[in-house]
Amino acid sequence: MDMSGAAFPDNVSRALADGKLQYAMTETGPRFIQKRAKAREALPEFDQLRDQARDIKDHVLANLDVYLERYEARVRASGGQVHWAETPDQARAAILGICRKVKARLVTKGKSMISEEIDLNQHLAENGVTPVETDLGEYIIQLRNERPSHIIAPAVHLTRDQVEADFRKAHTHLDPNRDLTEIPSLVEEARAVLRQKYLAADVGVTGANFLIAETGTSIIVTNEGNGDLTQNLPRVHIVLASIEKIVPTLEDASTILRVLARSATGQDFSNYTTLSTGPRRAGDLDGPDEYHVVILDNGRVNVLGTEFQDMLRCIRCGACLNHCPVYNAIGGHAYGWVYPGPIGAVVTPALIGIENAPHLPNASTFCGRCEEVCPMRIPIPRMLRHWREKEFERHLQPAAMRWGLGLWAWVARRPALYRRATALAARILANQGHGAGRLASVPFASGWTQNRDLPAPQGKTFHQLWKERRR
Amino acid sequence: MPPDAPRVALFVTCLVDLFRPSVGFAAVKLLEDAGCRVEVPEAQTCCGQPAYNSGDKADARALARQVIAAFKGYDYVVAPSGSCGGMIIKHYPELFETGTAEQAAAQELAARTHELVSFLTRVMGVGKVEAQFPARATYHDSCSGLRELGVRDEPRQLLASVAGLSLREMTDSEVCCGFGGTFCVKYPGISDKMLEKKLKHVQATGADTLIAGDLGCLMNMAGKLKRQGSFVKARHVAEVLAGDYLTPPIAEAE
Repeated sequence: MDMSGAAFPDNVSRALADGKLQYAMTETGPRFIQKRAKAREALPEFDQLRDQARDIKDHVLANLDVYLERYEARVRASGGQVHWAETPDQARAAILGICRKVKARLVTKGKSMISEEIDLNQHLAENGVTPVETDLGEYIIQLRNERPSHIIAPAVHLTRDQVEADFRKAHTHLDPNRDLTEIPSLVEEARAVLRQKYLAADVGVTGANFLIAETGTSIIVTNEGNGDLTQNLPRVHIVLASIEKIVPTLEDASTILRVLARSATGQDFSNYTTLSTGPRRAGDLDGPDEYHVVILDNGRVNVLGTEFQDMLRCIRCGACLNHCPVYNAIGGHAYGWVYPGPIGAVVTPALIGIENAPHLPNASTFCGRCEEVCPMRIPIPRMLRHWREKEFERHLQPAAMRWGLGLWAWVARRPALYRRATALAARILANQGHGAGRLASVPFASGWTQNRDLPAPQGKTFHQLWKERRR
Repeated sequence: MPPDAPRVALFVTCLVDLFRPSVGFAAVKLLEDAGCRVEVPEAQTCCGQPAYNSGDKADARALARQVIAAFKGYDYVVAPSGSCGGMIIKHYPELFETGTAEQAAAQELAARTHELVSFLTRVMGVGKVEAQFPARATYHDSCSGLRELGVRDEPRQLLASVAGLSLREMTDSEVCCGFGGTFCVKYPGISDKMLEKKLKHVQATGADTLIAGDLGCLMNMAGKLKRQGSFVKARHVAEVLAGDYLTPPIAEAE
């Protein structure tokens, strides 16, 4: 993945020309939307829950240090260990350190976007530890050596036959004549391979949807149950989470859980909501011998107290992606980094610098659908605009655009001059319409005319005609 | 016009002024029919949204000041656009520092400002129009009007009273058409993909007329319809409600 600032337009061109991607996006996109709409309709208090969920996270963000310390104390009291990581490097080192200490060769992994953020798989593999993704979608993209293209549906950009081909290539020890034409058979196939991995793994790494300050508990939600097997079977369980995942109480988590699955997949609840608190205690039937939590900052603290703070309320449900017409047109990989879609366009510049993601905040029509569906009521368009303001302040936008906009604004601040300029433009463009009512090409307007005609002006401006009418 | 008729200032919008004055005159007719005294302040140019959405807050603020001054003293300010209306109503107050006199002036203007169709229904109590417009139409909800100002039922309600017009809903009428101001020229490929999806839904209705409340979206959709050789005509809702079927549709000569 080319992460340089210039990559976005190329990524977009590739995505728009990718027939399989376009097919996959039109197949799944509408389904998420319909399911969420149904779930929302079935729960009259849905919007009130959104308010409560927002307030819980706002309270946490205003008292983040208090809750993180409380959480750490509770984890330690339950026999677990907490590792603070300011940077991806530190998080990777902490995890590799734990793996080395227990001489781990194989690590199973539940779904974790933070793992993507710190490039954990690559780091483990380079150091002789084999990571295996156990979420089906993540497993598929691991086979393909790709990044997730969606926060909760990592392989949403793929068609079924692409997945079939990947499986046949990777699972060479299985019967080559097996039927892999239907999704259940693909699931069976992955399950057969993954069962062995769960049992053989030395360490299980999971993400966290919530960290509970009052109990030191971490919560994950999955639909496949893979998280349970990942965290219960190996000797060591590592929870990898970022600082804003904290909530004060289990009650708070349950409030947010009520909007999470509904917003994400339209389910009332995910199939599995799994709580883990510390290592196995004497008398427990199962559970890991060691329980570690690696908590990553990676620049999030710098967002606190700024106009971007609200982004830290995000619970990674993916609703803004599902409802975004831009995301649905180009898919997640075009965004170039870990977090795609509207929330990605807000988060990515905060984590890797706006100079490294200059296009993301601009590739939006401000249609407002993301904010409309966000369960945490994050004002995404407003924050995209804030990023554009930062870019304007730092002269990061193309010079031609800046110059053109400046000239336009200069004229628009002088109504008399503006009247004359628009009257002239209306006359010239109307004449060039040659009575067709439209123009197929206009100098300096190829961005418009490459795909559509420009409607021609009617000839005189409204203000000219209004004056004539008053005479 | 009775002496106590509300004094309404028309915010023409820069696109209507330059490209399609007929929308402005249709708006004037609708406002006058509803009992308003309509004036057009001379010192208006643009609401400043292109600057605001490009991160140029200083120019946006300068243009907002100009609009605030030009529209002082009117009972209402009405724009035939949810986008420009949304800029004044929702975003002008954000341009100025909290608690300042300038912000108070922006808020005062915002409180008097309305998108045309919702002004007619909500403020003037208009429930139907006396107009004829022969068309099988479908209505596209422009994003700002819909999501910033909550305009959804109002245009449908008034369109239902137009003689000769039938309305059929398209799938995803509330999804963006891909215009987005400068977005459509900065990211033409993405814009075109969104536009194609939108027009597929338009065409699936079998409608011969596409109606919307924002000229930007309409120019985008009409420009593509004509490039595709489609017979579907694009019209601003004000023109339809005013019964102006004689003016050629957007991007057409006849």
